[in-house]
Amino acid sequence: MVVPVAFFGLFFGYPVVAIVARGLREDGRWNLTRAGEVLTDPLTLDVLGFTLGQAAASTALTLALALPGAYVFARLDFPGKRLLRAVVTVPFVLPTVVVGSAFLALLGRGGVLETVWGVRLDTGLWAILLAHVFFNYAVVVRTVGGLWAQLDPRQEEAARMLGASRPAAWLRVTLPALAPAVLAAALMVFLFTFTSFGVVQILGGSRYATLEVEIYRQTAQFLDLPTAAVLSCLQFAAVGVLLGVHAWTVRRRESALRLVDAARTARRPRGAGQWALLWSQLAVIAVLLLLPLAVLVERSLATPDGYGLLFYRALTAEPGTGSTFVVPAVEAVGNSLAYAAVATVIAVTVGGLAAAALTRRAGRLVRGFDALLMLPLGTSAVTVGFGFLIALDEPPLDLRSAWLLVPIAQALVGVPFVIRTMLPVLRAVDERLREAAAVLGASPLRAWREVDLPLVRRALAVAAGFAFAVSLGEFGATVFIARAGTPTLPVAVARLLGRAGELNYGQAMALSTILMLVCAVGLLALERARTHSSGEF
Amino acid sequence: MKRTTTVFKGTLAATLGTALLAGCGGSGDSGASDEGKDQTVTLVTHQSFVVSEDVLKQFTQETGYRVEVVQSGDAGVMVNKAVLTAGNPEGDVLFGVDNTMLSKALDGGVFAPHRAEGLAEVPEDLRLDAGKHRVTPVDTGDVCVNYDRAHFEAEDVEPPRTLEDLTRPEYRDMLVVQNPATSSPGLAFLLATVGAYGEEGWQDYWKDLKANGAVQAEGWEQSYNDMFSGSAGGRDGDRPLVVSYAASPVAEVHYGTDKDPEQAPTGVAPGTCFRQTEFAGLLDGAGNPEGGKALIDFMLSTSFQQDIPLNMFVRPVREDAVLPQIFTEYGAEIEDPHTVAPEEIDANREQWIKQWSALMR
Repeated sequence: MVVPVAFFGLFFGYPVVAIVARGLREDGRWNLTRAGEVLTDPLTLDVLGFTLGQAAASTALTLALALPGAYVFARLDFPGKRLLRAVVTVPFVLPTVVVGSAFLALLGRGGVLETVWGVRLDTGLWAILLAHVFFNYAVVVRTVGGLWAQLDPRQEEAARMLGASRPAAWLRVTLPALAPAVLAAALMVFLFTFTSFGVVQILGGSRYATLEVEIYRQTAQFLDLPTAAVLSCLQFAAVGVLLGVHAWTVRRRESALRLVDAARTARRPRGAGQWALLWSQLAVIAVLLLLPLAVLVERSLATPDGYGLLFYRALTAEPGTGSTFVVPAVEAVGNSLAYAAVATVIAVTVGGLAAAALTRRAGRLVRGFDALLMLPLGTSAVTVGFGFLIALDEPPLDLRSAWLLVPIAQALVGVPFVIRTMLPVLRAVDERLREAAAVLGASPLRAWREVDLPLVRRALAVAAGFAFAVSLGEFGATVFIARAGTPTLPVAVARLLGRAGELNYGQAMALSTILMLVCAVGLLALERARTHSSGEF
Repeated sequence: MKRTTTVFKGTLAATLGTALLAGCGGSGDSGASDEGKDQTVTLVTHQSFVVSEDVLKQFTQETGYRVEVVQSGDAGVMVNKAVLTAGNPEGDVLFGVDNTMLSKALDGGVFAPHRAEGLAEVPEDLRLDAGKHRVTPVDTGDVCVNYDRAHFEAEDVEPPRTLEDLTRPEYRDMLVVQNPATSSPGLAFLLATVGAYGEEGWQDYWKDLKANGAVQAEGWEQSYNDMFSGSAGGRDGDRPLVVSYAASPVAEVHYGTDKDPEQAPTGVAPGTCFRQTEFAGLLDGAGNPEGGKALIDFMLSTSFQQDIPLNMFVRPVREDAVLPQIFTEYGAEIEDPHTVAPEEIDANREQWIKQWSALMR
């Protein structure tokens, strides 16, 4: 409990409070006149309304499309399942500017959609919503699917034996058990889309702006700290209300469940219904997720003289021979992996400790802390980045150009994922098991190790996977942290895209493809590590 | 089973250890002058900065200082960060503040004065802070409308040359511009129209432009790669006119697959330009001011100046610097760009952007 509190206090609370206070204080006194002006501006209300509206719509659409997917991945066995599970997480790490490019190719003028059906979604609300589904599909599949795979199917079967119809048994037995995980996934998707920045900027054009976009403009472009501070507070308030609602709905629903080994619950599809479900989900994944990814891969290989590896070779070219970097662009892979490894360790450590602390009977204080740990997901990256700049700028804590600051910033976003994926599982562990262990003379630590750990290992791997993916793809906060000559993959992609010329564009696509591969391979490795050590059920 | 716990504990200890170490100032290089640190000079700059390794090595040989380049965000973000940390900067020298942001940085007390050696070789009209020498001009680049040569040849239409041309019916639905609130070339093009039509006339001009079907993108990347038909990357655009740089055609050739074409695939409309001059300045409160001064002097040296064009696709300020052949062959020399005084930009920037946004909504 001490470690997570200290971590959040120092690297989140302190910088954010510092930057907000800088905006709201003038000559050492609180000055709230600007706050009144901003809050009563009709534009502010428009932005807030749009932000909430699109987040709600995106969340609903993502859940509708991804919940069947969670079932498919949890309960059905089909060839290539593990690979596909890693692939659906790949969108999560892609820089929005690249995804925007792929979506424009599909939805925009002369895009696939227009050629085939004559529909043009170009930029606008639908493009934003679809891109949000693209990014967040994996969030639902992984958080809900992780728990679903471990639910004992025999409970539902018992209900059927007692005469319940299939839908009734699902509604009365399975759904209540899944509710905490579904709500957790919904919360995360909502927070993600609530603070959506790149997607809204690129696919929404200037007609649409979220609070996040406004805060970015006021902070980074205009340096209007008072306005930015008020908007940040508004963002906090909205997120706070949301977290309150979430905590209230979840509290009554978390109960002990019978968890079993995931390997035993998945079966080959049986019956027309399950086959139909499987194929329909595969179709959704193919159209919504794989198609945009395929566009990028295709472009990375499409050289002026047919398909080839020209752009990939250019990535490893020595500087001065048409390279945009002082170092070969490929070195960004190493940088990204190093950051991601450290960020994952930090996120899993801090998040794991927090989740363990939160599992024990929650007092009001602890519950409040639970909500606090979710705040980074609902906070603007530029607020955190600029907060670092003015808060961590003096010895003994001058971390502004420290290497460690980047993984720390990334871990801030990763921790909420770790907690949300582990908590439903940890809370589902039957208390009596722990008591039995204690009666048999086990120390609390040993009881945790023998009882909790085997059951949460899967969740831990899922959580680590998320933390890894978040870190690989994180662009917002990292871009404000000045680093010496060590661009991450997304930063390198952005740099290449920012220069004219075919070689640069091609290299950006090639580097994006490498980013996808790194992500998929990393996630597969994490999955492997899990299955090797889960033989103790 | 046992092993995992030990690993877990070990990682925890390691993480805490690192955090503690970092907390005790075991890292960071923000010019805190302790032993041995003075051999490093830190250059704070934006994402688009590129320099050849050899040139930096040469600087180290000449002066004994090693350069550490620290980059984050675009030019606007960089300047705002510098203003926010004025007096306690992230490094010793800031490079990349241009005339659209200059007054903001100067008023924010970001720089300490230094008169660079070699300033005599720089044209008078580029020395915007000549009286106080807080900043030194390093390069210039023009933001201009680019056109897709192939499109206009196929249609047998003359490409546009001036701002006025862009509002004519033969160029209907052709232009894509960037949002000046979020894009540096977008702001520069807005300023070109302010320079040409004045405080009173620019909004009317934009109404005409909008009526003629000009669309906007959020950033340069999207407009140039995805919407402009003349760029080799992207390949999906259907708009033959885009706001970009005078040197973009050079980059198209340099980073293209045909290294020796008859002409560049894109051209520049010479009457639509706004000149951006980029400056370097010694940061106030720098940990290594001597090294910083040496670096600024070096930035005006012939070797650094001649290294600029093919790395950043802008022009050196030194009059005696030799341009690479590819620039003289495919690049456009803009004689008479539109201008707006830095202090006027600073006084009105936000207001103009707001007016523009309302107008283009």
